[in-house]
Amino acid sequence: MKVRSNAPSLRDRIADVAPERFFWDRAARVCVNHLARGTSFGDRLAELAGRSVVVATSSQLTSALALIELDGVARRLTILPPDTAADHLGALIACAEADAVVIDQGTPDHAAFDLPVRIVCAPAIVPAEHHSLPHVPTEWVLLTSGTSGVPKMAVHSLSSLIAPIDAGQRLDGAVVWGTFYDIRRYGGLQIFLRAIIGGASLVLSCAGEPTVDHLTRLGRCGVTHLSGTPSHWRRALMAPEIGKISPRYVRLSGEIADQAILDSLRAMFPQAGVGHAYASTEAGVAFEVNDGLAGFSADFLDHGRDGVELKLVDGALRIRSPRTAQRYLGTQHASLRDRDGFVDTGDMVERRGDRYVFAGRRGGIINVGGLKIHPEEIEAVINRHPQVRMSLVRPKQSPVTGSIVIADVVLKADCMRSGGEQQIKNDILALCRDALPRHKVPAAISIVPALDVGVTGKLARRYG
Amino acid sequence: MSIKLTIMDQMRQIAREHGKTLAPLRDDLVLLDSGLDSLGFAVLVARLEDTLGIDPFTAAEDAMFPLTLGDFVKVYESAQQRAVA
Repeated sequence: MKVRSNAPSLRDRIADVAPERFFWDRAARVCVNHLARGTSFGDRLAELAGRSVVVATSSQLTSALALIELDGVARRLTILPPDTAADHLGALIACAEADAVVIDQGTPDHAAFDLPVRIVCAPAIVPAEHHSLPHVPTEWVLLTSGTSGVPKMAVHSLSSLIAPIDAGQRLDGAVVWGTFYDIRRYGGLQIFLRAIIGGASLVLSCAGEPTVDHLTRLGRCGVTHLSGTPSHWRRALMAPEIGKISPRYVRLSGEIADQAILDSLRAMFPQAGVGHAYASTEAGVAFEVNDGLAGFSADFLDHGRDGVELKLVDGALRIRSPRTAQRYLGTQHASLRDRDGFVDTGDMVERRGDRYVFAGRRGGIINVGGLKIHPEEIEAVINRHPQVRMSLVRPKQSPVTGSIVIADVVLKADCMRSGGEQQIKNDILALCRDALPRHKVPAAISIVPALDVGVTGKLARRYG
Repeated sequence: MSIKLTIMDQMRQIAREHGKTLAPLRDDLVLLDSGLDSLGFAVLVARLEDTLGIDPFTAAEDAMFPLTLGDFVKVYESAQQRAVA
């Protein structure tokens, strides 16, 4: 059976956008209206028709332009987040069966990008006609952050990605969206799509741009709707430049929003709505909470909402909705959905009165600033130290910093007597810094006499 | 060593470990301009808990967002006074 998608593409959706809508980054400004009747690919868009294209631009702005140009044109779009490890590029590109890549000026050279078609995207729009290209339903492939090796590749469609937006409220007046979260990950991509579907402007950050500069630009561009993880917001609240913005809507997603950060944002922006969304790359946006309280109403779980059904299995949240990804690319992964079509989020929840609150990740997975970390990966590195008997990596919550990684370490008996604890801690940290990306290096090491081992013989991990 | 010196010492150490350049440490230095990023601050708070035995941010009922190095030091000084009292 052949299904033809007649749903409007992203370019169709910007056809009628008002002339004064822009995408900004630090270096460039693109008028959305021009892109509706132009191209950022020189005259080479047609070469990408029907291909599996990897979007590997270094800047968010050129990624945004490429995504608009390629939806409905490319067979498959694989979006590389900025921190994709060079070691994984070969495997990811093979798994995507990619035969084309879109880069920009800042994309580093890599042999994996030697594909049959290689096109440079620039934030300079030249007029072009597009109606001759056949419309194809495009697969959107997003990388997950939840694995310790090569990221999993979750397949969405434009309709699963925008389903939460159609269900949301219409926005009144001229809207300028901003996001602290990179649009090449699910949470940021939602904001990009919200800007397009709402006919809004969008302010993007540049790699390495200091928070204070980004906030200053957001203020200058008149941001009205601003989104980030709780960690992003905690950081923004420490910048005096936060006074330069006065958004009407403040959104948190990507990490669990606790009551302290919600209250702090309400105090900072008394005129703004403060909402937190629960979403993951695989499960999509499950729900948005706009009552200013942490957690979510138990009613969501009992009755669902907007076509999203929730259920609990062994304390973990599962979600079935038209917003979830369809599958993983590649054959080595278990099914993304269970037999009944639910996505297992791995997030543990607990009932408190008439609400559910999040109680951490099953299996002790730690979320640092929106990036998921498997403690076992870090423990394996620590355990390489000749004086370490065993170790347990755990999250530590802090209202000002979000989750961080702490390692409890048990030393071998002879080392306990010999002292020099500080030297051993320094050695372990040096070992971790050599072997792990920065966000996985423990913030602190604590030497403990023993660790709990459960009846299964596994380290006892607590949630949270 | 005073709390202030301990904090400055740790900031220098973390900046070195993370390959960051630290701004001159003065009381009116805005923390976000110091050269440490959010992960750097997270590490700083955790290390200070290890050396000083206090984490005023987790202990506090309300979230605190110090803007300058001077504010940050005060948070620790008053937390230590409370711990001693």
